[in-house]
Amino acid sequence: MKHLAEYRDADTAQRLAAEIRRIVTRPWAIMEVCGGQTHSIIRNGVDQLLPPEVELIHGPGCPVCVTPLETIDKALAIAVQPGVIFCSFGDMLRVPGSRENLVSAKGRGADVRVVYSPLDAVKLAREHPDRQVVFLAIGFETTAPANAMAVKLAARQGLGNFSMLVSHVLVPPAIEAIMRSPGNRVQAFLAAGHVCSVMGTWQYPPLAGRLRVPIVVTGFEPLDLLEGIRLTVLQLEAGRHEVENAYARVVSERGNEPAQEVIAEVFEAVDRAWRGIGVIPASGWRLAKGYREFDAERRFAVGHVTAAESPLCRSGEVLRGTLKPNQCPAFGQECTPRTPLGATMVSSEGACAAYFHSGRFAPAGS
Amino acid sequence: MNGTVNDLAMSGARPLCLTAGFIIEEGLPMGDLVEVARRMGLAAGRAGVRVVTGDTKVVERGRGDGVYVNTTGVGLVPAGIDVGGGRAQPGDVVIASGTLGDHGMAIMSVREGLEFEAEIASDTAPLHGLVAAMLAVCPTVRVLRDPTRGGAATSLNEIAAAAGVGIALDEATIPVRPVVAAACEILGLDPLQVANEGKLLAVVPADAADRVLGAMRSHEHGRDAAAIGRVVDRHPRIVVMGTGIGGTRIIPMPLGEQLPRIC
Repeated sequence: MKHLAEYRDADTAQRLAAEIRRIVTRPWAIMEVCGGQTHSIIRNGVDQLLPPEVELIHGPGCPVCVTPLETIDKALAIAVQPGVIFCSFGDMLRVPGSRENLVSAKGRGADVRVVYSPLDAVKLAREHPDRQVVFLAIGFETTAPANAMAVKLAARQGLGNFSMLVSHVLVPPAIEAIMRSPGNRVQAFLAAGHVCSVMGTWQYPPLAGRLRVPIVVTGFEPLDLLEGIRLTVLQLEAGRHEVENAYARVVSERGNEPAQEVIAEVFEAVDRAWRGIGVIPASGWRLAKGYREFDAERRFAVGHVTAAESPLCRSGEVLRGTLKPNQCPAFGQECTPRTPLGATMVSSEGACAAYFHSGRFAPAGS
Repeated sequence: MNGTVNDLAMSGARPLCLTAGFIIEEGLPMGDLVEVARRMGLAAGRAGVRVVTGDTKVVERGRGDGVYVNTTGVGLVPAGIDVGGGRAQPGDVVIASGTLGDHGMAIMSVREGLEFEAEIASDTAPLHGLVAAMLAVCPTVRVLRDPTRGGAATSLNEIAAAAGVGIALDEATIPVRPVVAAACEILGLDPLQVANEGKLLAVVPADAADRVLGAMRSHEHGRDAAAIGRVVDRHPRIVVMGTGIGGTRIIPMPLGEQLPRIC
């Protein structure tokens, strides 16, 4: 297949893995930030090609995993209201709220629909002027431009029946929070290629300098990942802490400037709670002043909804890389993909779900 | 129709006759009912089975959503044939009768209004003819499954669980149309978890594998048949796939409906 087979070539993969084995002299802990990278690593078995010295820690870059319980509960409170069409990306549907998830709400009669683009939700709003159409806008910088465009489009078309429940999160503040968290083990980051395709790489050099940590912008195919890991190990072994771009076929230093402009127009920075991690200052976006009328939290008055995480769930430690999923006492006991306590067990990109399936080979403690 | 015929075929039976139970909503145009019956007749003719009895129930307007037809079938398992999920043994070869994931992606691209450069066709078909051709060259076929809802991942996990064996797949040998693979990449889906129609998975003794593959490939519904893996005694009850780059991954039992991912 054009543009896929090239980046999954077995011989090149083995050669890159051999090169990593050759240059590594001691243990290193590298965090891949993005859930899409975690998914590709597990799906292709990239970690199995690496020498034991290189440990990959699965980062908090799965938007499904870090969306706070409170947001899910707000989504549910809106979705069950009469006349509402509630639109979401598919993987949010099974994420558990305090009492149920969007799939079970749908089963009870709520009109919950999977869309592939926020613009589809705008289209629904146009087609159903008598209904309130709400889009659950989650994700990192990658999904923000399309979400911002959807709001702009709704404003331009005067669609008073469209709104967004926004829970956007940002990568750079998360990197900083992880590096400064007590007991941090992460020594280098594979930055998320798709985030950087939008935002560029210009945000990262100050971070790498301040935190003295190597950051390598990395793609998602097996060869992209192995090349990103190779560059990271070279930096670690040499004691360097720079920003390098291992995904130059997609990512430029300046990024997608029109996209950054529309984000800056529609969103503004806000302190955001990350599921399992807590509040990180200025780590998210909400609708800016000129677009507040499209804020579903205001329109449906769900601002008061609060929720408490399961006391058994330790996904925060998993997301920070200080606890392996199978070291959690609830792992595989109270918490399984069928009965998940935290989002890391729900999402196909979640570290706990990935471990549950492969962990049957490696029981807790091994 | 094909669903019931294939359920019979997957137990090694030669389908003989079907029943049809109609639940009809009051007010359904007669023309629609006639068209449904006509198509059932055509499908029965193609499959070489007869619909021998049936029943109708009419429900109040607003309680039926048009018409539902439930079919039940009876078939005959030839003497000496014993096909079942629990019969897979280490050393056996796993065969797919053709490309996987076509049907589910065809449905999804229509339902979601996704347009791909090449059309993805659904592939519903009766499979008892193919099964008969396989049994003719290898009466000891151990397992037959049509991997409909839940895809090949579900069927293979069921076989591994029923027989208490492991299954080792080789990603490079699994037939998937390029357009289906591309559509799955875009939507974040796994072709092994996507529904199929008109396809089967078989487990056969290793020494019969080439013979069975030959018979399948000369049948219209098995032209793209391929050996995709082995039954193993390692990792019992777990399906593992060797990936294209030389790693491995577990193929878990899918949970519910597949949902497209955000990233």
